Amino acid sequence: MPMLHTINKSPFERRTLDSCLRHVVKGAGILLLEDGVYAAVNGTIVADKVKAALSDNKVYVLGPDVEARGLKKENLIEGLEVVDYGGFVDLVTEYDKVQSWL
Amino acid sequence: MAEPWEEEAEGPVRKFMYVNRRAPYGTIYALESLEVVLIAAAFEQDVSLVFMDDGVYQIQKGQNTEGIGVKNFSPTYRALEGYDVEKLYVEKESLESRGMTTDDLVVPVQVLDKGQLAALMEEQEVILSF
Amino acid sequence: MKLSILVNEGPYQHQSADSAIQFTKAALDKGHEIFRVFFYHDGVNNGTRFAVPPQDDRNITEQWSKLAQEHDLDLVVCIAAAQRRGILDENEAKRQGKDGNNIAPGFRISGLGQLIEAGIQSERLVIFGD
Repeated sequence: MPMLHTINKSPFERRTLDSCLRHVVKGAGILLLEDGVYAAVNGTIVADKVKAALSDNKVYVLGPDVEARGLKKENLIEGLEVVDYGGFVDLVTEYDKVQSWL
Repeated sequence: MAEPWEEEAEGPVRKFMYVNRRAPYGTIYALESLEVVLIAAAFEQDVSLVFMDDGVYQIQKGQNTEGIGVKNFSPTYRALEGYDVEKLYVEKESLESRGMTTDDLVVPVQVLDKGQLAALMEEQEVILSF
Repeated sequence: MKLSILVNEGPYQHQSADSAIQFTKAALDKGHEIFRVFFYHDGVNNGTRFAVPPQDDRNITEQWSKLAQEHDLDLVVCIAAAQRRGILDENEAKRQGKDGNNIAPGFRISGLGQLIEAGIQSERLVIFGD
């Protein structure tokens, strides 16, 4: 299994989302957590980038961080998988290794 | 008695990659990640060092820190070879978007494009970001 | 699975410490082994027992100490980063001629080698930072 990439900063604050997406191979996983969950919201200027990633990669978003920020699950990009911390742990063990894009 | 770095490495040798994406001096990450690399050298793992995004600025030539009153640690990158850390990579797109070439760098590096770098990242077992 | 965690930021300033605690708890609940939690950069500030956060909010250091006690976790604060930021145990305070020490229960101060060892010995290393 390829790598799990994690992104924890807002795509409007940092270019981490861009840097990460430039380096994911087909089949790698991407987890949005902390402020990174803002990239999961539909209708933003980065939504198309995230949707494009879905064709080759699974994109996950940490539910507790979504809720903490008052974002609604129904407003998230379709096709993203919401996970909790237990799910986060499962992803870490399912993929071969983790790269945290800080 | 053999020095620590002269003893044969016991145990597994894993592929470690250190990803440097931040500029020097504005934050401490560049300096402290270099400290990890130097200490880690004693463990004789298979180490790759990557400079991408603003990380390419860490190895920019001609740093003079007198005016800001902090230590100039850029010469340390030249010492890495002596620690058997020889696999230094720079991302092509990061250099070009900053108007830089390898002539601007303080150490010899291998330039990889984003696809090559992505493939190299996938080969690693442990990836450290700071 | 054997997991290690690297915490790069201090408590409260960034969400890293909270995320790391939640991840660690979830991993333990699933029966995984936490080989080590290593604190680097401002992450060393997770290890001071002198923090007095508001009563109605979480006490991050105490959460770490409690987890360490309940699950026999190895919480390691990097000595170099700790020295820079003033996190000392009794030995360090004596060595450095300081009039007090502040390390919290369950934490120990050690070298960067412990981070590399964690990378070598663990099946996964997860990093929480800025």
